Amino acid sequence: MLESQPLLCARAVTKVFPGTVALDGVDFTLRAGEVHALLGENGAGKSTLIKCLSGALRRDDGDILLEGKAIDPRSTLEAQDLGIGCVYQEVNLLPNLTVAENLFLGHQPTRFGMVRTRVMNEKARACLAQYDLDIDVTRNLDSYSVAIRQVIAIARAVSLSGKVLILDEPTASLDAHEVAMLFKVVRSLRDRGLGIVFISHFLDQVFEISDSLTILRNGQLVGSERAANIDRVQLVNMMLGRELQQETRSTGRTDVRTGSPAIRFRSFGRARRVAPFDLDIREGEVIGMAGLLGSGRTETAELLFGIAPHDSGSAEDGEGRLRLDSPRAAIAHGFGFCPEDRKSDGIIGDLSVRENIILALQARLGWMRALPAREQAAMVKDFIRKLDIRTSDMEKPVGQLSGGNQQKVILARWLATNPRFLILDEPTRGIDVGAHAEIIRLIEDLCEKGMSLLVISSEFDELVTYSHRVIVVRDRRHVAELTGAEITTESMVASIAATGSQGDAA
Amino acid sequence: MQCSKTWIGLGALLMAALAAPAAMAQTVGFSQIGSESGWRAAETTLTRMQAEERGITLKFADAQQKQENQIKALRSFIAQDVDAILLAPVVATGWDSVLREAKEADIPVILLDRMVDAPEDLYLTAVGSDLVHEGRVAGQWLVETVGDKPCNIVELQGTTGSSPAIDRKAGFEQAIAGHENLKIIRSQTGDFTRAKGKEVMESFLKAENGGRNICALYAHNDDMAVGAIQAIKEAGLKPGQDILIVSIDAVPDIFLAMAAGEANATVELTPNMAGPAFDALEAYLKNGTVPPKFIQTESKLYTQNDDPAAVYEQKKNLGY
Amino acid sequence: MNAGIRALGRIAPQLATLAAILILVAAVFPGFFDISLANGRLYGSPIDILNRGAPVALLAIGMTLVIATRGIDLSVGAVMAISGAVAASAIAQGLGLAATLALALGAGLLCGIWNGILVAVLGIQPIVATLILMVAGRGIAQLITEGAILTFSHPGLLFIGGGTIAGLPMPVFIWIITGLLVGLIVRRTALGLLIESIGVNLRASRLAGINTKILLVAVYMASGLCAAMAGVIAAADIRGADANNAGLWLELDAILAVVIGGTSLLGGRFSILASLIGAMIIQSVNTGILLSGFPPEFNLLIKATIILIILVLQSPRMVAAFRAGRRVRKTAEAKEESAFS
Repeated sequence: MLESQPLLCARAVTKVFPGTVALDGVDFTLRAGEVHALLGENGAGKSTLIKCLSGALRRDDGDILLEGKAIDPRSTLEAQDLGIGCVYQEVNLLPNLTVAENLFLGHQPTRFGMVRTRVMNEKARACLAQYDLDIDVTRNLDSYSVAIRQVIAIARAVSLSGKVLILDEPTASLDAHEVAMLFKVVRSLRDRGLGIVFISHFLDQVFEISDSLTILRNGQLVGSERAANIDRVQLVNMMLGRELQQETRSTGRTDVRTGSPAIRFRSFGRARRVAPFDLDIREGEVIGMAGLLGSGRTETAELLFGIAPHDSGSAEDGEGRLRLDSPRAAIAHGFGFCPEDRKSDGIIGDLSVRENIILALQARLGWMRALPAREQAAMVKDFIRKLDIRTSDMEKPVGQLSGGNQQKVILARWLATNPRFLILDEPTRGIDVGAHAEIIRLIEDLCEKGMSLLVISSEFDELVTYSHRVIVVRDRRHVAELTGAEITTESMVASIAATGSQGDAA
Repeated sequence: MQCSKTWIGLGALLMAALAAPAAMAQTVGFSQIGSESGWRAAETTLTRMQAEERGITLKFADAQQKQENQIKALRSFIAQDVDAILLAPVVATGWDSVLREAKEADIPVILLDRMVDAPEDLYLTAVGSDLVHEGRVAGQWLVETVGDKPCNIVELQGTTGSSPAIDRKAGFEQAIAGHENLKIIRSQTGDFTRAKGKEVMESFLKAENGGRNICALYAHNDDMAVGAIQAIKEAGLKPGQDILIVSIDAVPDIFLAMAAGEANATVELTPNMAGPAFDALEAYLKNGTVPPKFIQTESKLYTQNDDPAAVYEQKKNLGY
Repeated sequence: MNAGIRALGRIAPQLATLAAILILVAAVFPGFFDISLANGRLYGSPIDILNRGAPVALLAIGMTLVIATRGIDLSVGAVMAISGAVAASAIAQGLGLAATLALALGAGLLCGIWNGILVAVLGIQPIVATLILMVAGRGIAQLITEGAILTFSHPGLLFIGGGTIAGLPMPVFIWIITGLLVGLIVRRTALGLLIESIGVNLRASRLAGINTKILLVAVYMASGLCAAMAGVIAAADIRGADANNAGLWLELDAILAVVIGGTSLLGGRFSILASLIGAMIIQSVNTGILLSGFPPEFNLLIKATIILIILVLQSPRMVAAFRAGRRVRKTAEAKEESAFS
C-alpha cells in the first residue's frame, strides 16, 4: 500500500470531564484507503476520541484537520456533512421503519413534498447491492439480524458522509460468519478509498483487518504503528502497560468439588423458555454454561433467579424447599445475578457508584433500615479498591464509567449482599483485556471462599480456565454436562454441534 | 298582503285547535342539560313542581351535558306524541333537523334559559333572563343606596370571556354611568367560584389599604361574594357594613349571609323558567295566542328588608 | 457540612427565581412586603402566598415522588374534590372531626391505591392510568355532594382552612410540616434511593431486589394522601365542598412546580424542597398578577410568559451556556494572571 496523504488528522486533542482528563494531547492520523484500529482498555479514551472526531463531543483543546483543512464539527450532523460518519455499537437506527426508510431517513427523495416510496426503495436496493446485500428493503429493520443492520448502518453512514467511517465495536454481538461478512464490506470500502477507524476488543479481528494501529492508555497516546510491524504480545503490553502472564489451561479444573450439593434443582423448567432440567450446585463450585446465543443460556439464568419464574419442578437446599418466584425471593435465599445486558438490566445510570453498589443490600435490608453513610462509604471504598474500579469519585454517576468498570460495580453490588450462589451472564463481554483478566481472577477467588457460581460465557477458553463443570445448552435444553478433564473447547463445540436432540424444543 | 296573513293565522289557529283536543297540555317532555350546578338542579325541581301544580304529566330526560342525548330525548318525545316539549339546549347549534321533526309532528317546543341558532319559526318561544338587565338592577341598587357619597367599587368578574361575565359587567357599568361618585377601582376574575372569589378579594384588600379604600363589592355571582365575605371577615372588616356587597343569582347561601347582615343585596336569576313557559303554552293551546319569541323572566332584587331568613327556608329545598 | 452546601447548590436556581419574582412583584406593587398583625393574625401579601400556595405545595410533594419514579399523577385535582366532598358530607352527618379527617384522608389513600394498582400491577402507563380518575373523580365528588356546594360550619374543620397558630394560617403549617416530614422520611431512610432507582431503571431495580410494585403503589398513595390534605384545606377555606371547582387544573400547577423545581419528568433524582419552592414561585406569580391590577384578560398571558422565561433559563442548553461562559471567564482570568506573573 502506498503512503498516502493524511485524510483525517488530530493534533494534541484534549478533552476534560469533571474529575478526569479523558484525552490528554492525543495525536491521531488516518490515511485514505486504510483501516486504522483504535485500541486501549476501557476508559483509555477511545470513545472520547471518536466522539470528538464525529462531533458528538466538542474538544477542549487541539486541532482536527480533514484533508488538510481545520474543522470544528459541533454536532454529528455537521461532521456528517463534512464527510465523517459514525456507526456505534448499539446500532442507532429505527427498528420499526423499513430498511429503505432507515437508509434515507431525513433525505428521502420527494416530489411536491411527498415521499416517493418507489424511487426510495429502488435507490435503497441499488445502494445495498454495492455491499452484496440482496434483501427486501420494504420490510422493517427489526426483521433482520444485527449483522445486516450493522451493514445497513454502514451503508447509511457512507452514503451520507463518504470520506471517513468510524466503526465503534461493530463486531461485539456478531458470530464468526457475520464478522466475515462485515469485514468483506469494510475491505471493499477501504479499497474505494475511505479511511476507516475500527474499534474492537477482539485482537484476532484487529490483526485480521487493520493496516495501522493506534493505542491509547489513560487518555494518552501510547503509540501508533503499522499493523505489520507489531506483534500480539507487544500490542497487549502497550495496552496494559505491563506484562500479561499467559496462564491458560487446556482442560477444566481438576479439583472437582465433592460433598453433598448445597442447592438442588429438580425438573426445573418453564414452558416455552427452558425444558425441565436437574442441577446440583456445590459449595465453592464454578459451573460454566456454554451454548450459542438464544440456546437457552440466559433463559436458564432468568429461571434460576426468578425473573421468569419456573412452572415445573422444585428447588431445595439443606433446610427445605426454596421459593424462587421473583428476584426478591431469590435474593432472600442468597442468590445474585449479574445480567448480560448491563445497560438495561444492570446499572442505574444516573445514580452514583456508591448508590449502585449498596442498592441490592439496601433493598434486602428494606427501606426502613438505611445503611449509615459512614458504613456505606467504608464498604464502597473497600470494593473500589478490591475490584480496582476506576472512578474519580464514589459519587460519580455510574453511567459515566466505562463498560468494564460498570461491570465491576454490578459485581460489587452482589458481593455486598454476600451471596451463596452468584449467576454471571457474560461477565466479560465488551470488556477490555485487563478487566477481563481481573474478572476471571475474581471468579476464582470467590469460589475459593466457598461461593458457588454459574458463569455463562461465549468464550470457551474462559470457561475452560475456571469451570469445575460445564453445562452445554442447545435448543432451550441442557444437553450435556462436562466435568474436569472432559472440559475442553473441542468437547464443548462437539456437544453444541451434535445432532439428534430428542423431541421438540421446550 | 294583509289579508293573506290573516288567513294563514286563522289556518294555524284551526290546526292548533285540531291538534290539541282538550285544549290543555296533558303530557310535556322536558330535556334538561344535566345537573352541573345548583341552579340547574333548582330549575329541574321547580319545573317538576310547576307541572304538578298544573296537572301536567312531565316526562323528564337528563342529557348529561351531551347534545346527542338531547336529540335522542326529543325524538322519543315526538314518538310518544307529547303535547309540548321544553328544551334547555346544551349548545346553540345543530338543532334544525330535530326541531323541524317536532314542527312537522305539530308539537310546540319552548326553549328554557338558553337560545338556539335556528330559524325562529321552529320553536314557539324562548324563556330566559336578560343578563345585562341583571347587572343594571344591581347597579341601580348601589346608586340608590350610596346616594351622593363617593364610593370605590371592586368587581369580581365571572370567567373571563363568558357571556354572563361580559353582560353583567356591561349592565352594571350602564347603571352607574353618569354618577361620578361611583368608581370601579379594581376588577379581576374570580372564575365564578368561592375559592377564587376569596383569593382575589384578599388581594383587593391588600392592594387597597387593607380594604379601607373600598366602599362596595360587586360580584357577578353569589358564590364569589360568599368567598369574598370570608376574606373580608378574616381581614378584620365587617362585610355588609364596612363594605357593601351586591351580587347576582340569589342562591340560598347568600340569603344566610344577608340574614346575618354580611351581604346587602342580590338579583335573582330565577330558576322558575317553567312557570312562564307553561303560562305561554296554556294560552297558546287554549285560544291560539302566539307568544312573543322571547319571554324575559323577572330579575327580582332582594335586600335585607325582604326577610332573607324566610327566603332561605323557601329556597333551600329546591336542590340548589 | 459538605452535603449541606451541595443541597443548597441544588436549590440555588429555584431560590434565585423566587427572589427575582418577589422583587418584580414588589416593583409593580410597592406595599408587597408589608406585614402587620391584625386580630392576632399576621396580615400581608407574603403570608397570602404561603397560605394560598398550600394546595399546590401539598400536591407538589406527592407529585415529586410520583414523577421521580418516572410516573405522573393527573388525578390529584379530582382527588382534592373527592376528599373535600367526603369531609363535608361526613361532618354534615354529625361525625366527629377525627373520624371526618380519617375518612377524607382515607378516600385519598384509596384513590392512590387505585392509581398505583393500575400502574404497578396492570402496567398501564401512568398518564393514562391517572387520567381515568382525573375524569371520573370529579363525577364521584359530585355524587357525594349531589351537585351542590356542601357547606359546613364545624369550627374544628374550619380551623384547618382558616385558623391561625402564632399568627400564621394553619395551611402554612400543614404544608411545611408535611414537606419536612416527607423530606426527612425519604432522605433519612432508604426510600429516596429506592424511588430514584426505580425512576432511572425499573427493570434493573427489580433485578436488584427492590420491591418495585409495592413501592410504586406507595408513591401513588402518598400522592393521593397529599391531594386529600389539599382537598380538606380547600374545602375548609371556603367553608364548603365545591365538587365542580375544587382543585380544578391544580394537577397542572403541581406538575409545573415539580418541573420548576428541577426534577426531570424522566424520573430519577428529585428534591422535595425544590418542588416546594417551585410551588411558591407559581403562587407568587398568581398573587402578583392579582395585586398588579392588570385586567383579567392578561392573567394567563402574563403567567405563561413568566413561566416560559423561567423554563427557558433553566433549560439544559441555557444552563450549559451559562456554565461555559463562566468557565471561559475563569480561564481567561487565569491566563491573564499567568501572563502578568
